[in-house]
Amino acid sequence: MSTVAASTAVSTGPSAASIPKSQFDFIPLLLVAVLAALAWPLIGSSSTWLTLTVAGLAMGMIVFIIASGLTLVFGLMDVLNFGHGVFIALGAYVGLSVLAQMPLWTGSSELWRNVAALLLAMTAACAVAAAVGWLFERVLVRPVYGQHLKQILITMGGMIIGEELIKVIWGPTPVSLELPVALRGVVTFGDAAVERFRLFAMFIGALVLAAMLFTLNRTKLGLLVRAGVQDREMVESLGYRIRRLFVGVFVAGSALAGMGGTLWSVFQHGASPQMGAQVNVLIFIVIIIGGLGSTLGCFVGALLVGLMANYTGFLFPKAAMFSNIALMAAVLMWRPQGLYPVANR
Amino acid sequence: MLNRLLSHDLPRSRWLALLLIAIVLGLALTPFIFPGTKALNVAAKMMVFIVLVASFDLLLGYTGIVSFAHTMFFGIGAYGVAIACTQMGPTWPAVGVGIAAALAASLALSTLIGLFSLRVKAIFFAMITLAVASAFLSLASQLSDLTGGEDGLNFKVPEALRPSTMYLDAPFLGAAFDGRLLTFYLLFIATLLLVLLMLRIVNSPFGRVLLAIRENDFRAEAIGYRTVVYRTLSNVLSALFATLAGCLLALWLRYNGPDTSLSFEIMLDVLLIVVIGGMGTIYGAVVGSVLFVLAQSYLQDVMKLSAGVFEGVPVLSQLTSPDRWMLWLGILFVLAVYHFPAGVVGRLRAMKNRV
Amino acid sequence: MQALLELQGVHTHIGSYHILHGVDLRVPVGELTMLLGRNGAGKTTTLRTIMGLWKASQGSLGFDGQTLPAATPDIAQLGIAYVPENMGIFSDLTVRDNMLLAARSAKNLKQMDTQRLEWLFGLFPAIQKFWLAPAGKLSGGQKQMLAIARAMVEPRRLLLIDEPSKGLAPAMVQNLIAALRELKATQTTVLLVEQNFAMARALGDSVAVMDNGRVVHAGTMRELAEDAPLQQKYLGLSLEAHA
Repeated sequence: MSTVAASTAVSTGPSAASIPKSQFDFIPLLLVAVLAALAWPLIGSSSTWLTLTVAGLAMGMIVFIIASGLTLVFGLMDVLNFGHGVFIALGAYVGLSVLAQMPLWTGSSELWRNVAALLLAMTAACAVAAAVGWLFERVLVRPVYGQHLKQILITMGGMIIGEELIKVIWGPTPVSLELPVALRGVVTFGDAAVERFRLFAMFIGALVLAAMLFTLNRTKLGLLVRAGVQDREMVESLGYRIRRLFVGVFVAGSALAGMGGTLWSVFQHGASPQMGAQVNVLIFIVIIIGGLGSTLGCFVGALLVGLMANYTGFLFPKAAMFSNIALMAAVLMWRPQGLYPVANR
Repeated sequence: MLNRLLSHDLPRSRWLALLLIAIVLGLALTPFIFPGTKALNVAAKMMVFIVLVASFDLLLGYTGIVSFAHTMFFGIGAYGVAIACTQMGPTWPAVGVGIAAALAASLALSTLIGLFSLRVKAIFFAMITLAVASAFLSLASQLSDLTGGEDGLNFKVPEALRPSTMYLDAPFLGAAFDGRLLTFYLLFIATLLLVLLMLRIVNSPFGRVLLAIRENDFRAEAIGYRTVVYRTLSNVLSALFATLAGCLLALWLRYNGPDTSLSFEIMLDVLLIVVIGGMGTIYGAVVGSVLFVLAQSYLQDVMKLSAGVFEGVPVLSQLTSPDRWMLWLGILFVLAVYHFPAGVVGRLRAMKNRV
Repeated sequence: MQALLELQGVHTHIGSYHILHGVDLRVPVGELTMLLGRNGAGKTTTLRTIMGLWKASQGSLGFDGQTLPAATPDIAQLGIAYVPENMGIFSDLTVRDNMLLAARSAKNLKQMDTQRLEWLFGLFPAIQKFWLAPAGKLSGGQKQMLAIARAMVEPRRLLLIDEPSKGLAPAMVQNLIAALRELKATQTTVLLVEQNFAMARALGDSVAVMDNGRVVHAGTMRELAEDAPLQQKYLGLSLEAHA
């Protein structure tokens, strides 16, 4: 075979017909649509349904950004960071501080200025969260690899310390925030009103998802992460220092949590030092539903949780928290390892 | 005789023994030695925490299970008594019903949690209990007709325990003999009995199997012990003791609300105490709770003194501010997990060899 | 003959189990050395110890005159490839991605050595056929081929292969033998653990027999093949019977 033919074969492979393709599991994705569809008759009005659905999807996107790092870290290194919430809070506070310094930009009615300010805030939050994440891994997590009990305790301790340090730096009382001017208000689709900021959040979430999927599926780095989640030993036997990879993923996960924290605090119109602990529960539910270690599962889980929270918040406000637990229980009874179980060593 | 009372689980350290004796005597004689309502409240809180933390030690220290749902059972006990006294009036039968109902609820819940979640990995279990506890907290706030919502329930206790009930007209040795004193000693006796009971349990064959499971559950299963059964039992027992602690709390405070018994802060406090005190010792819970509640109640005053030193210095004054004592506790906790896995008790026992 | 890999007095403990009791092993360069022995003799443990997956508690491990590093990735970077008993295939990744991962010097597909790939396609047609398929969909034999192809995707100095013929149909075993013969032709040093004695006879240049965590016999394959009593003593049967 000539070299040209060979290289073609390398990149495209033989005729598509003869290859067993992996059956992509669409069912969990369909669940999102099913949930939305189920809610529609219960809610009654289409416009309210649209508002709630967008709100739910937006919330889901932000939760996904926050939780994605956590699930990858667990899948790759079997480490569960119970203190992940501290990066969320940190990101929120850093973001808020940055935004507070830019009143001209956030107060301007020009959309691009608002977005630029937000992007700057998110970048700063990412950077600080990444740095703290690196420290966290080095000082707290590294010494307790493989010891789950100690991991749980130490990362909780890390969260307590982090929360207190936030109080030291920014004060113990919650801070409130006004949305940047151009992102306030709603966009109307006929009867339905959709908040501008939620659309923005969805957009950012989609970008992050796209970037993650691209990295994971099309780059060698992503390949390493996916392979490492499956069989850490083999990846090391192939000559890759998976420890460095893990630190990288941990730091990236912390950065993402920081970014998500900024978005979340803008979403909630404020931040408090305890917000990390509060969001923690939610993201744990999300990654359990999605399957520990699966990015796509995390995404679907986050959307489901976001939708559920908004629908029940409207329909049965008293049962809001329970609805997520019920969702988790239901998913686990159907697939005990989560929506997209990760085939593990 | 002392040996049998302590179920052959002696302190094994001169210092620890002295400390324990001091604690028991101190608590028993608080009304006489430390005058004032604050001291009495602090002592009562210590006793409640001793039972609560010891019950958590049964789960974490002896069985190796991390559960964040522990305060849920604490809350069930407290609410049980509170709701019963509110709905049925402040009588002894009401208290009895409240305690019985709370125990039954805890039994059911802990069995359910045990069976459902213990089939999964430890991490899963920890996360699920966290979620369940949060749900329960919000439930308690939501069902305001029953639980008084965010404001909680203020209620009267049976006449014998009320502060207004005087048994002796004049104070005896500095303490007023009223219903409050009686309640205090009720707590004291209960705490003593419950701790001794827990010592009996962990030193029984059942307790040894728990330790074996904690060390190596595969081996335990291979030898023939059905670990799921033992773990569930441990869950249930620990929940029941926590529930009783909650009942005691409610009787003392004559009030219960979501923050008093269900808050995540309390869960964290319990976790911190158990680790710093010494996991798997029961005595660690005793010593740790006393130190913690003491610090929580009085350290802030002490810190106020030293905060004056750093007055005005931007970050340092905040770091040493009495409100930030949790920061130092958190650091101590992390250090304890790394360097003193056996906690204060372990340290004291290790010292014995050198003393 | 020069020894590429040399183990001296290697002991390995796993938990409280003492598996290797002082292994002395010489793997000559450019040859295929068979590591034989019955189940539980410690063959897999030896390979894993060489690869750094389990730490030797005593003894020395030398590669090309230098001490072997402690960390597995560093060991692999020296040019040592490991094909474990369970094959270590990443089933969620495509065959192509499995191969790409193994090719350390290639940052992406385009940088892979196409001539070498062609050669491998020739040896293992299944790889080309299922190039874009998820590796988990391959049959057991095909996975084994992939595992070995992965170890060969770039020139390596030493291959450690653990029981490749386990569970394979006889026809597949023949393919395997053919492929390994080609590998031998490239002068690559191989340490092959096998229980299939037909394979042993067909491929082995040197042989080491293990029992109870020690190497109890080392020599050339020819010696062992001609000495029936020796075979009986160390392997419990004669190689003739398994031709």
